[in-house]
Amino acid sequence: MPLSKLICGRAIINSAMNPDHGSLITILPGTNRTGEKEGFDRIIIGPGDTLSIVGPTGSGKSAFINDIEVLAQADTITGRKILINGAPPSDDVARDPSKKPIALITQNTRVIADLNVSRFLELHIKARRQTHIKDLITSTIALANEFTGEKLTDSMRMTALSGGQTRALMIADAILIGRTPILLLDEVENAGIFKERVIACVKECKKTVIFVTHDPYLALSTDRRIVMSNGAVVKVLKPGTEEQKMIARVSDIDSFLWNLRERIRAGDLIGDEESIREEIGALA
Amino acid sequence: MKLAIIAGPASVGKTAVARHIIREFRDSSNPAYVKIDVVRAFEDEELQEEFGIATRKVCSGDLCPDHTGIMVLQDAISWARDLESDLLIVESAGLCLRCTPYTTQAFGIAVLSAVSGSNSPLKMAPMIAQADMAVVTKTDLVSQAEKEVFREYIKAVAPSIDIIETNAIQGTGMRYLMKAIAAFPDITNAGEIVLRGAPPLGVCTICVGKKEIGWQHHFGVIRPLEEADNIYRGD
Repeated sequence: MPLSKLICGRAIINSAMNPDHGSLITILPGTNRTGEKEGFDRIIIGPGDTLSIVGPTGSGKSAFINDIEVLAQADTITGRKILINGAPPSDDVARDPSKKPIALITQNTRVIADLNVSRFLELHIKARRQTHIKDLITSTIALANEFTGEKLTDSMRMTALSGGQTRALMIADAILIGRTPILLLDEVENAGIFKERVIACVKECKKTVIFVTHDPYLALSTDRRIVMSNGAVVKVLKPGTEEQKMIARVSDIDSFLWNLRERIRAGDLIGDEESIREEIGALA
Repeated sequence: MKLAIIAGPASVGKTAVARHIIREFRDSSNPAYVKIDVVRAFEDEELQEEFGIATRKVCSGDLCPDHTGIMVLQDAISWARDLESDLLIVESAGLCLRCTPYTTQAFGIAVLSAVSGSNSPLKMAPMIAQADMAVVTKTDLVSQAEKEVFREYIKAVAPSIDIIETNAIQGTGMRYLMKAIAAFPDITNAGEIVLRGAPPLGVCTICVGKKEIGWQHHFGVIRPLEEADNIYRGD
């Protein structure tokens, strides 16, 4: 999957770059489920930073990005506070989603709107006061189709899209229409979309991205890794050079599995154990 | 005493919104809560048990629940005043999308669910247009883009309405609702409270346009708060 193929026109990416690169997010600690303070003083997330959130199921990963999305002011279950550029967000920014610099793509991103794809995008484009509506609809669908193997079209109904198509469209929408400088992606790997393309695209657009993930490749490929347990942040890791080396290897294993999955999906009979061993062996 | 009236379709999370209001004002305002429903209601018992506040319910039976709510509202205000409550919360049954139970001197809250379809604000236009604030619930279940689209539909109905988005289970975003209720004035003269909107055309005194609250001002099928079971049962 050559990454060069995925940039669907330099103009689109340029238009998705935010003129406002200034948004700096500061997370102030809350407490874990037993009421003890979290293991950090403050986490500052600057423009273009990438972070991953890891930890067992139920450890509070989704609650962490939810706090960022709602710009919590000690009014959620965790007690965290979120600052924008060092200060509590204005009511305007916190309350009007079209002014919020953050887009959250949740695990259960479903669309309930009884509209087709182009009408839905058109309404969102208008809500965001963007122009060139037709071109933007076309390029958003094109970008979504770079993220998913099952192509979607403008006349499909939103409710009829598969989970992967919906997630791909919402990510493309956040990049091109919402143009939010900060993206929060909750278990993006589970949607059956091309995660490498998503990563490459958000990096190309210089987005700040926070991944909640169980995927080793995603977790290793970010600048910082936040480890969660019992509802709280217990560690903020900054990977060293050793981990950098691992990324290439994990990427190879990942593409082997990806190819295998594609062959199985296409209905191929996979060779005997030995031939698979050979293929895996080639990775070692 | 302040009066807050919560309306919205069934199952959107009106009681969850009420629960957050009660939690916020429990210590400062001794809230009292009245639930209007049709056949059965359990919210009064649940909230009483959870918060130890004064609650009651009125089941309208064969009557229209909004009609019933309007009939008993004056009594309910007296009841809450006798309890020395500073905040009376009235939750509607949420069935009729045409009537709006909001009155003057009361803070009107329209509760809508983000998962109810993009046309739903248009379908319940009167209920939104007369409210002070629209609370959109279940926003954790939809994408950012859909939230923004839903908001546009609400604004199409009521361009200047205050909108807050929440996941009412966790109460995110509710702080703006609390601020608005805290800033809202107390009832100044309960005898002068009238419905904000014109009721639909019909044959009962409320349906034909009498806006005064309290059964004393109506005739035909009337109902005081203390005779909860004494209702018309049809032929």
